[in-house]
Amino acid sequence: MTAQSCPRQHCATTMDSAALEPTLYTVKAIFILDNDGNRLLSKYYDPDLYPSMKEQKNFEKNVFNKTHKADNEIAFLEGMTIVYKSSIDLFFYVVGSAQENELMLMAVLNCLFESLSQMLRKNVEKRTLLDNMDGVFLVVDEIIDGGVILESDPQQVIEKVNYRADDNPLSEQSVAQVLQSAKEQIKWSILK
Amino acid sequence: MIKKFDKKDEESGSGSNPFQHLEKSAVLQEARIFNETPINPRRCLHILTKIIYLLNQGEHFGTTEATEAFFAMTRLFQSNDQTLRRMCYLTIKEMANISEDVIIVTSSLTKDMTGKEDVYRGPAIRALCRITDTTMLQAIERYMKQAIVDKVPSVSSSALVSSLHMVKMSFDVVKRWVNEAQEAASSDNIMVQYHALGLLYHLRKNDRLAVTKMLNKFTKSGLKSPFAYCMMIRIASKLLEETEGGHDSPLFDFIESCLRNKHEMVVYEAASAIVHMPNCTARELAPAVSVLQLFCSSPKAALRYAAVRTLNKVAMKHPSAVTACNLDLENLITDSNRSIATLAITTLLKTGSESSVDRLMKQISSFVSEISDEFKVVVVQAISALCQKYPRKHSVMMNFLSNMLRDDGGFEYKRAIVDCIISIIEENPESKETGLAHLCEFIEDCEHTVLATKILHLLGKEGPRTPTPSKYIRFIFNRVVLESEAVRAAAVSALAKFGAQNDDLLPSVLVLMQRCMMDSDDEVRDRATFYMNVLQQKQKALNAAYIFNGLSVSVPGLEKSLHQYTLEPSEKPFDMKTVPLATAPITEQKTEIAPVATSKLPEKLAPSRQDIYQEQLAAIPEFQGLGPLFKSSEPVQLTEAETEYVVRCIKHTFANHMIFQFDCTNTLNDQLLQRVLVQMEPSEAYEVLHYVPAPSLPYSQPGSCYSLVRLPEDDPTAVSCTFSCTMKYLVRDCDPNTGEPDDDGYDDEYVLEDLEVTVADHIQKVLKPNFGAAWEEIGDEFEKEETFALATVRTLDGKFA
Repeated sequence: MTAQSCPRQHCATTMDSAALEPTLYTVKAIFILDNDGNRLLSKYYDPDLYPSMKEQKNFEKNVFNKTHKADNEIAFLEGMTIVYKSSIDLFFYVVGSAQENELMLMAVLNCLFESLSQMLRKNVEKRTLLDNMDGVFLVVDEIIDGGVILESDPQQVIEKVNYRADDNPLSEQSVAQVLQSAKEQIKWSILK
Repeated sequence: MIKKFDKKDEESGSGSNPFQHLEKSAVLQEARIFNETPINPRRCLHILTKIIYLLNQGEHFGTTEATEAFFAMTRLFQSNDQTLRRMCYLTIKEMANISEDVIIVTSSLTKDMTGKEDVYRGPAIRALCRITDTTMLQAIERYMKQAIVDKVPSVSSSALVSSLHMVKMSFDVVKRWVNEAQEAASSDNIMVQYHALGLLYHLRKNDRLAVTKMLNKFTKSGLKSPFAYCMMIRIASKLLEETEGGHDSPLFDFIESCLRNKHEMVVYEAASAIVHMPNCTARELAPAVSVLQLFCSSPKAALRYAAVRTLNKVAMKHPSAVTACNLDLENLITDSNRSIATLAITTLLKTGSESSVDRLMKQISSFVSEISDEFKVVVVQAISALCQKYPRKHSVMMNFLSNMLRDDGGFEYKRAIVDCIISIIEENPESKETGLAHLCEFIEDCEHTVLATKILHLLGKEGPRTPTPSKYIRFIFNRVVLESEAVRAAAVSALAKFGAQNDDLLPSVLVLMQRCMMDSDDEVRDRATFYMNVLQQKQKALNAAYIFNGLSVSVPGLEKSLHQYTLEPSEKPFDMKTVPLATAPITEQKTEIAPVATSKLPEKLAPSRQDIYQEQLAAIPEFQGLGPLFKSSEPVQLTEAETEYVVRCIKHTFANHMIFQFDCTNTLNDQLLQRVLVQMEPSEAYEVLHYVPAPSLPYSQPGSCYSLVRLPEDDPTAVSCTFSCTMKYLVRDCDPNTGEPDDDGYDDEYVLEDLEVTVADHIQKVLKPNFGAAWEEIGDEFEKEETFALATVRTLDGKFA
């Protein structure tokens, strides 16, 4: 029996609705896509919003199609406000309801981006991100918890995660393995 | 040399995404090394990351394999590597729902949460609360309370946020921690303040007084956190709305003071809150609007967007308040963010004068193809409002709308445009011809059946009354030739309407109808044959009944009557008059133009109230054979509100009888009533035939009794009557606590108010969509001319909506 989920929020889909119910649950979803629109990381915090994987991937595709060409920060799609930022070959999105304070969502986006930027030593691009995926998961976990903004200062996030990048990226083989494959190559080239 | 080999390996092997070709079974196999000692933190970390990545991508894990992986992961708690431990917490959270017996990590998490390593404590708390259930919650209550007031901000924040998540599970337990939360709220850390405030509000929100006190305290002491301020502004607005407080209250002053806060987030929140308040005067709005005006020229797109979106809302209710910003809004028309530009233009359309409309429309049309569907619908809505405001501009609008119709777009968008055009046509007779022409052009190439049939229906309704109806026939007939079955059927119906209303077109329509009788689809052929036969009779009455006006009976009632007819073999043909008339319109209501909805409600044809009553009455054996129910009245109260017995009456009218249904409720908990009936004494020639008593009326359980009355046969004008009613019953006293009645009882009666039967009870409204045709159909012999004087009304202006 677990407890983490967002309470049902008034699912308003038009832009002209009454004021928001005061609540700490402000973020509906957060996701990072590559420049083909494929999902690298995504968290959905509102259980009423796109509960199935298929709907989520569909939503991400729609959002990507509408935002990757234009270089704007903010869009309104499918009844929700989406703030986004791109860097080299990555796209970062934070989703809130249509009545949410856009500046709050921007604060979350900026915190995410700045924290990752520091962690990845300014190489905010796909390869580096994937090589340090564990750190990325931890950063997102420190910024939002179940839809509540946990931390907004990138400095604090970095301190809490306390991650050292480039220690042993996932894609690089260990030195011993590299030497081994080099030996194999030389062996075969001599035998030819 | 080594680097080059690396690159080659990269390209052939893992490629640009080391996770690309991950296979769940392989990764779970690798996870077996978690059980080895010593633990290799780097390798274990990689494997955990791969597992979480797979989960995130939507890979499905069966319960057994998830549980196995989970249990293996618990071995990793033996390592002291910080990142590994953090990833373990994350894995616990991710797998909490798919693995069994996750509570085995409880003791490890509790140890970490109270341990020395501060960096573990916050995340351990969050993981623990993710797996806690109601039984465990009491066990960790002590730790949670300590954590909430802990001096380390991350610990306090984690505890507060987790407590909020757990409120759903066990409100009563978390409520006991309110004092700790109160203490945490005085922390200096801006996030702890925010979380404490949020939790406190959530725990107290049903107690308005407590919330007010809390707000007063915090507004005086001042908070540092911009997030906390935003939260307080929302709480204050909600309080103002609930108490309908005047705008001179300290809550409003607080919100207004936030307009001068140093954080933009807070300033914007305050402006937005003021704008959304109902009953705001222009003077109160002014400071909020001027702040938004400043934001319009901010370099940050999010701020410009927020400002212009809010100004758009102000413009709906107070257009004059926004005119001060017109210059800034004009600058935003050329904003690179098309959403901002659209909102700016639609705001200007609301506040601008008639002369600026042309210019603004031209500007919008230049980029309308670039904006998203949702914004296109916003534009259509703005144009719709504009058409009502400036009816003379309808030609400009209509042109613009038809251009938009020609562009690409989704169904919702096209539907919004069609609805807008239709509303212009209905409100503005001058625009009818152009509007219909545009719609005809649209259906030539429309892929949405729903829209095509809707437009054809409209053409059938409006086209015959235009000066030159013949030009629409070509469009309609083309649909018959070219389109799908549903559209063809609609086109046939539309053609029939032309034939029925225009005698000079009738021969041509009959010829076309003949062609339709050869169609490949059943529905089309049936309709064509039917209309052909009706039109050939050349009788106005028939035309009106079968072509203009739709079904006037309720569909569920029709279904029931037909079913009844098929069960009883009979020589007579089915008589439509046996079906009760519809009380609610069957045609669809005009739907509002709204942006794409994420949830669509299923539309069901629910049985009407009348059908429900018919079924209930038919179940009573004494009431068989009365014929169909003609009408049921609204309930009439026969007692005052706070009396011992509450009785209300519903009058059911049949062809020759009436049934009075008395719904009685016994509000005395020390009495049980039995054999309850209502005796009626009529004043006119009505005859009471039969009573059906309610067998028993225990405390506060409503029951019904019935009386069957025959209508006077000899005098058809004796429609009204007064009945004096008395409720008669057997009373048994009973014990109020157990409800056990005494063995014996006594008869008693209770006088009710008189019941009136009037002309209205014998009349049922009939829906005639085409009133004009129905009026003509009745003919002259029933016409009666009389003069009445309206004593209380001085003029007729404005009396008719």
